[in-house]
Amino acid sequence: MTGRRVVITGIEVLAPGGVGRENFWNLLSEGRTATRGITFFDPAPYRSKVAAEMDFDPEAHGLTPHEIRRMDRAAQFAVVAARGAVADSGIELQAYDPYRVGVTIGSAVGATMGLDEEYKVVSDGGRLHLVDHEYAVPHLYNYLVPSSFAAEVAWDAGAQGPSTVVSTGCTSGIDSVGHAVELIREGTADVMIAGSSDAPISPITMACFDAIKATTPRYDAPESASRPFDGTRNGFVLGEGAAVFVLEELEHARKRGAHIYAEIAGYATRSNAYHMTGLRPDGAEMAEAIDTALAEARMNPTAIDYINAHGSGTKQNDRHETAAFKRSLGEHAYRTPVSSIKSMVGHSLGAIGSIEIAASALAMEHNVVPPTANLHTPDPECDLDYVPLVAREQLTDAVLTVGSGFGGFQSAMVLARPERSVA
Amino acid sequence: MTTSVVVTGLGIAAPNGLGTREYWEATRNGKNGIGRVTRFDPSSYPSTLAGEVPGFVAEDHLPSRLLPQTDRMTRMALVATDWALQDADIDPAELPAYDMGVVTASSSGGFEFGQNELQKLWSQGSQYVSAYQSFAWFYAVNSGQISIRNGMKGPSGVIVSDEAGGLDAVAHGRRLIRKGTPVVVSGSIDASICPWGWVAQQAAGRLTRSTEPTRAYLPFDAEASGYVPGEGGAILIMESAESARERGARVYGEISGYGSTFDPKPGSGREPALRKAIELALADADLTPGDIDVVFADAAGVPELDRIEAEALTAVFGARGVPVTAPKTMTGRLYSGAGPLDIASALLAFEEGLIPPTVHVTADDDYALDLVVDRPRQAPLRAALVVARGYGGFNSAVVVRAAG
Repeated sequence: MTGRRVVITGIEVLAPGGVGRENFWNLLSEGRTATRGITFFDPAPYRSKVAAEMDFDPEAHGLTPHEIRRMDRAAQFAVVAARGAVADSGIELQAYDPYRVGVTIGSAVGATMGLDEEYKVVSDGGRLHLVDHEYAVPHLYNYLVPSSFAAEVAWDAGAQGPSTVVSTGCTSGIDSVGHAVELIREGTADVMIAGSSDAPISPITMACFDAIKATTPRYDAPESASRPFDGTRNGFVLGEGAAVFVLEELEHARKRGAHIYAEIAGYATRSNAYHMTGLRPDGAEMAEAIDTALAEARMNPTAIDYINAHGSGTKQNDRHETAAFKRSLGEHAYRTPVSSIKSMVGHSLGAIGSIEIAASALAMEHNVVPPTANLHTPDPECDLDYVPLVAREQLTDAVLTVGSGFGGFQSAMVLARPERSVA
Repeated sequence: MTTSVVVTGLGIAAPNGLGTREYWEATRNGKNGIGRVTRFDPSSYPSTLAGEVPGFVAEDHLPSRLLPQTDRMTRMALVATDWALQDADIDPAELPAYDMGVVTASSSGGFEFGQNELQKLWSQGSQYVSAYQSFAWFYAVNSGQISIRNGMKGPSGVIVSDEAGGLDAVAHGRRLIRKGTPVVVSGSIDASICPWGWVAQQAAGRLTRSTEPTRAYLPFDAEASGYVPGEGGAILIMESAESARERGARVYGEISGYGSTFDPKPGSGREPALRKAIELALADADLTPGDIDVVFADAAGVPELDRIEAEALTAVFGARGVPVTAPKTMTGRLYSGAGPLDIASALLAFEEGLIPPTVHVTADDDYALDLVVDRPRQAPLRAALVVARGYGGFNSAVVVRAAG
């Protein structure tokens, strides 16, 4: 153990209703929602007809026509967010040994949107199983392998250190950043461009979540369809987006006078070894991840000021993680504000973990806890303080953020101020 | 003192042999596993050859409930994990659940499963898409399914860096063991041999159009014309040396070094980064080039990429300075499965003191490599370097050392 500590010095977020770090924070702190009736395709045949779509113009964000042609939408998000994070950090990457600068991008479903559209064409609308290669886009290989996302970001930033995509389903956004933290701590890299991106709002994704009734069928009021912790919740709302960070070793960041948002003080992931989509109600494995992340941060549970929940809005998830918080934090869980920003920006699968890390860091930056929108009806099984509807000003020095996903993965990360006294 | 991480179990599914014994028998003897695609009719496509795993009948190994929810690559990964655990003499039910983790790599997920569901979506309608689509295609499926089947609750991970990913996963497995998880299942089984995967692989322009199985994939040969894709790979059981010693396990060897770099953007004029990855792996293993007894090459089969690899190897080891081999000439390129399979081959090569051959290739002297062609070569082997590269610029290198 080298004792190296890792801090966030740059953040960029592309989220529905909040494209750009400041717009994103305004959306959260004002408790507005970005869910709406699907416009990307005709949602009529689907059980779930709402999504948190992002209004994103790649050209307006500086991507060239070639870049736009060869990249799936999620790769575009990743590159734009990475550029924004590097700009925010003020780091001059050209001044570094490129082999000490790496990239990790998380994504749950890769270039699903591009693959879905292309399949429709090469199969001639499902007429051909022996699909016709002459109708394929030239960059189809980049859609086949989501590693192209990390490649694009690395090329763009001139990074030549360890670069990869981390793809652990809906915990990808935490695990990607956690992976980058480990690379800096162990001394493999000094600077990491780390985050995650997903653009899953496509017919195949909607169809597969319809099939297992994971997404909400609610359509009476699309803007309030995502209802984590509410007694009437009945599924998540699919979203899209990206968040990317610049991570640096602490002393390195201090030396160059960088603005430090937060230290990533602890991270852990565990598996429930139970079911690809199901969760046991006791939350034991998520609690194990939380306990391990806290131990790594050398922090007591009582040091946590805010919990940024997974809060997907499915019946089983919200119960599961409420149990996990109680297991890990004990009585302190009842005194700690817990909120789910998925109520506002939806569930962008592999991207949301990083977007939630960004929300956690910005909560520390502003000393404001974002609310859980649409939370009107209490659920006896969810009996913590979920910060309903309205953001709350409070001193926020340490945040726990968690994720839970298909495959049984449970991840937890602790953000804290680097100047804290370490227990 | 950094924890030593060793391999104690192997599970192999390869186009020239299913199971470790069959694979090694085939590989040491140069048995070819490349042939015309049988899983669909390839006649309408420019490329028609693949390395398909023969004789894998999932029903013989897995409960029927798992079949409708899994792609072929997941089924092979689950069975290879069973074999690897048996080989390591580990019964996961007897170990604490949090003491076991799973880190696999994937290049493209359960792509054949994905094609079948896309086909239903566009030909029949969204309501015909399988409930299992939500987790049978995505890249995390093998780590998830392996952890569930074996009750493994420790830290897990999924790495996607195309063909380099398998080595990256093994390196991450080593990292988890060093952080305190005693046993990690790692490696990768990969596949996307279906019409949709075929068309997508073709798009990169690197598949050979040759129709002769023995003249198609010819890395470091003047007649190199691209590569043949394959399916399969290897699952490794990795442990801390201490854990292996305590339970008296048979040790194949140690994962002792790793390096990973990314190439500069094409057209930048900067040096390719493969050499640096190899140097980092050697430094991490605390070895010098002279300590390496054999290199398992990435062997792209694309002249420009073969040139880059040969230049990196001669820069590090000198011209013809180390025996180089590419048993993947018998299997095709297995994407993220390739690196773990080469690690397995290196470990098996140590046991026998025999370098498996590169087949079908006439080494082009211009590359200045000591390529082990046609026949295996006997040699005392203590350390091997395994190289893997992923599309776009991913370079990874692992140093493996013999036990003892």
